[in-house]
Amino acid sequence: MEKEELFSLPAYALAEAVQNQKVTAEEALDAVFQRIEERESDLHAYISTRKEAAQIEARNLKMQGKLSGVPVAIKDNLMLSGEKTTCGSKMLQEYVAPYTATCVRKLQDSGCVIVGKTNMDEFGMGVSTETSFFGATSHPKAPSFVPGGSSGGAAAAVASGEAWAAVGTDTGGSIRQPAAFCGLVGLRPTYGTISRHGLVAFASSMDIAGPITRSVKDSALFFNVMHGQDPKDQTSVPSDDVSLDQIEQYSVKGKRIGVLRELLESKDVDEEVSQAVRGVMDFYERSGAVVEMVDMSLLDHAVAIYYVLSSAEASSNLARYDGVRYGFRAEGCRNPDELYTKTRSEGFGLEVKRRILLGNYVLSSEHFEDCFRQAERAREMMRREFSHAFSKYDLLLSPVSATTAPHKGKAAADPLASYLSDLCTVPASLAGIPAISVPCGQSRSGMPIGVQLMADRFGEQEILGAARVLEREYYSETDIAGKGASSDGGI
Amino acid sequence: MEEFETIVGLEVHVELKTESKIFCSCPTTFGAAPNTHICEVCAGLPGALPRLNKKVPEYAVMTGLALHAEITKQMRFDRKNYFYPDLPKGYQISQLYAPCARNGYLEIDDPEKKIRIHELHMEDDAGKLIHDDTGTYIDFSRCGVPLIEIVTEPDFRSAEEVVSFLQKLKTMLQFLGVSDCKMQEGSMRVDVNLSVRKIGQETLGTRTEMKNLSSFRAVSKAVAYEARRQWEALGRGEKILRETRRWDEKNEISVSMRKKEDAAEYKYFPEPDLPVLCFSEEEIRAIKETLPELPEEKRRRYIEELHLPAYDAGILTSQRQVADLFEKTMEICHDPKEASNWIMGEFMKIRNDHGDDEEDFTMREESLGEIILLQKAGRISRASAKALLLAAYEENALPKEYAEAHDLWLITDKAVLLPVVEQVIKDNPKSVSEYRAGKVKNKQFLLGQAMRATKGKADPSILEGVLQECLESE
Repeated sequence: MEKEELFSLPAYALAEAVQNQKVTAEEALDAVFQRIEERESDLHAYISTRKEAAQIEARNLKMQGKLSGVPVAIKDNLMLSGEKTTCGSKMLQEYVAPYTATCVRKLQDSGCVIVGKTNMDEFGMGVSTETSFFGATSHPKAPSFVPGGSSGGAAAAVASGEAWAAVGTDTGGSIRQPAAFCGLVGLRPTYGTISRHGLVAFASSMDIAGPITRSVKDSALFFNVMHGQDPKDQTSVPSDDVSLDQIEQYSVKGKRIGVLRELLESKDVDEEVSQAVRGVMDFYERSGAVVEMVDMSLLDHAVAIYYVLSSAEASSNLARYDGVRYGFRAEGCRNPDELYTKTRSEGFGLEVKRRILLGNYVLSSEHFEDCFRQAERAREMMRREFSHAFSKYDLLLSPVSATTAPHKGKAAADPLASYLSDLCTVPASLAGIPAISVPCGQSRSGMPIGVQLMADRFGEQEILGAARVLEREYYSETDIAGKGASSDGGI
Repeated sequence: MEEFETIVGLEVHVELKTESKIFCSCPTTFGAAPNTHICEVCAGLPGALPRLNKKVPEYAVMTGLALHAEITKQMRFDRKNYFYPDLPKGYQISQLYAPCARNGYLEIDDPEKKIRIHELHMEDDAGKLIHDDTGTYIDFSRCGVPLIEIVTEPDFRSAEEVVSFLQKLKTMLQFLGVSDCKMQEGSMRVDVNLSVRKIGQETLGTRTEMKNLSSFRAVSKAVAYEARRQWEALGRGEKILRETRRWDEKNEISVSMRKKEDAAEYKYFPEPDLPVLCFSEEEIRAIKETLPELPEEKRRRYIEELHLPAYDAGILTSQRQVADLFEKTMEICHDPKEASNWIMGEFMKIRNDHGDDEEDFTMREESLGEIILLQKAGRISRASAKALLLAAYEENALPKEYAEAHDLWLITDKAVLLPVVEQVIKDNPKSVSEYRAGKVKNKQFLLGQAMRATKGKADPSILEGVLQECLESE
């Protein structure tokens, strides 16, 4: 098979081609590593690649899996036994995973070949992949721009062909926002449907892994492979496979779609972004859906609630990095207190330290009631607001990010502004509902724009279906995906 | 010195006797080589999540029910955050906001009093620091061993009450089978919160917390010492500081460890890795039904149904092993008073002579009952029975085999005894003629002679019968 033809195959089609022996897993992997050779020095999508191990795995591949021979990248906060798992931090620079994450094992069991571990904001804390200890990742379309974050490396790898698909993790938007910035499909599944066992915790009550893919169908397929209750994660829940046929046959006709006004009309959202989202609203309406604006007053506070809760959990989750047992250890310490202080001062980057401080503040006895408890209550109210909204609407719609991918250096220059840029993605995280980011346009300068679709818990089928309609019908109307992208997800 | 009153509340940590740890499947075995019983979960590796061992809440609920406490229907776990080298996650998973049980009590007898239980909660244990000449090492094997913490109200007024409570609690937990409660091995740890005040004063004084108490004796000494120390300090016009003190067992004094002001801020918050743990009325009832008979109920039953004296019943139910031994013995010999006499007399004596505590004896429980049966059947003498019990205690000897091997069976065969008696009559003509002349008490002398001739192995009543026949037949 010609390389162009090979690259045009979405992941599901590649797996079929491998199963039908039209192409071998090794050929697909070689193509990916060739792309890595060509582009990685500029992109820096990976923290580590595992060419030899992947080649052996490709050679010895069992053919029966749903994703046979698909070269996949995983974010560097997911455990793969024997490989380094750094979380983008100096703290874990040399840390080698002693076991494999459940969702990664499921990928391997379905025939995926893991290419490497992708770059990320340190411990997932960031919106641009610039807080990585190992340096920033560049946007595949424009090297002076960021690919988003924290799963920026994963998105850049998929967008550039350095992997067929990637698994990122999403706490407050870390799958959806980089997917939007890079013109890809990013799925944040219902909280608990994919096991967190082996996902290095940032904010346990919101963390979840999910696919970043070129197409909606690939997204659905990866969800089907990765989901399932896991005895090793007691917050995991059972869920059904999504039906690929039903996604293909999905129609928005008669569907009720609510548009979150507080997000779409926020002063922080760029005109270009809201224009693109309105384009989608019009399209769905034309396609027979009832599209209405919805008011959800608590959305104005979502960012605050998110940062209080996620930082509180993070401050506790990151306490184990103390230099005692593994990871970075500062030198020349004379007692445990000094060891903790120096190790953590030298081992963590600025953004991580900022969140730990914030977390400690909101959990301190002085502020626990008015910060943490208050945020918990507000989160509960927001869940009820969503629940109420889903009694009226099948889907909720909003932008993914207030802007398109920004220039490098912007996030660090104004941390508060970068926190606020999460406003569209954190509500679904707080509510634990599924949300998907689908490309829906591009800016005048050619940067991709995404739209976010949300459904009630376990509504993956609904958002994937609506996303597929958009992908199939809206793309052909507008040529938004840009050159080289086909409507079914090839490069 | 003015009269003062001691106010004590306790925090008792008890290691639960589950096979595996609270949040992973590592074994809980005590005394394993350092860092052999650890996995990614209990060692706090990145990406690992806790998974609750169902036995732990079950044991905790059992304990709560035995303490007459209200069981929480929707329990939660919370994280207690602090840094210490033996704490691999940087937090302990405990319960603050919705603990397992609240508002219970335990009655003590000496003096008779109800001690209120404030709450009972579950948590995971930390590792252990091991100091030696070459440095300090950490053993993480104990990380994740399940603990329950029982917090009392400040209801104690003396060291005696404290020890009486602890004794009672320990027995209860052992009867429940949820813990070994070995203070030496740290499976029961007691922190003492103590303050003093003038008799009649209503408000409580400033309290100190005392740690490192490794025996009931240490608890008793520490309470007495600390009360006196505080009272004397107040007498000198000093203020009592809210602080944590360590009991120095060697010098029998308490020493300041850290002031409360610089104590850690624990930043408790709900553990997001574990779901709410729900217990329905039915589930709680089901656990209640599986509760074994507790010491108090046993004691009452022994008095009312077995007609044992209250004193006996109290001692027999004061330790689980003793009660188990009594019941097994009863089951075999069907003679409560006899079983009780043997246990309270000979058995306790042997155990004390060996310096053993209740945990230390490993005697086969059936042995005592079998010995009593043998004696009652006249097959062995009382002296032999005692020897058998000693052998059973020391070497786990089986009574029948041991009696056989050491030729302890009583001689019951008249044909064997007759020549012995005839010889005694022959050797003591004076005594015999006096008997026949009416000096009946000489029979006892002659019986003694005959018994001695059999080396004490004759069945006394049969021997006496044979002697009687011989004395009358002339």
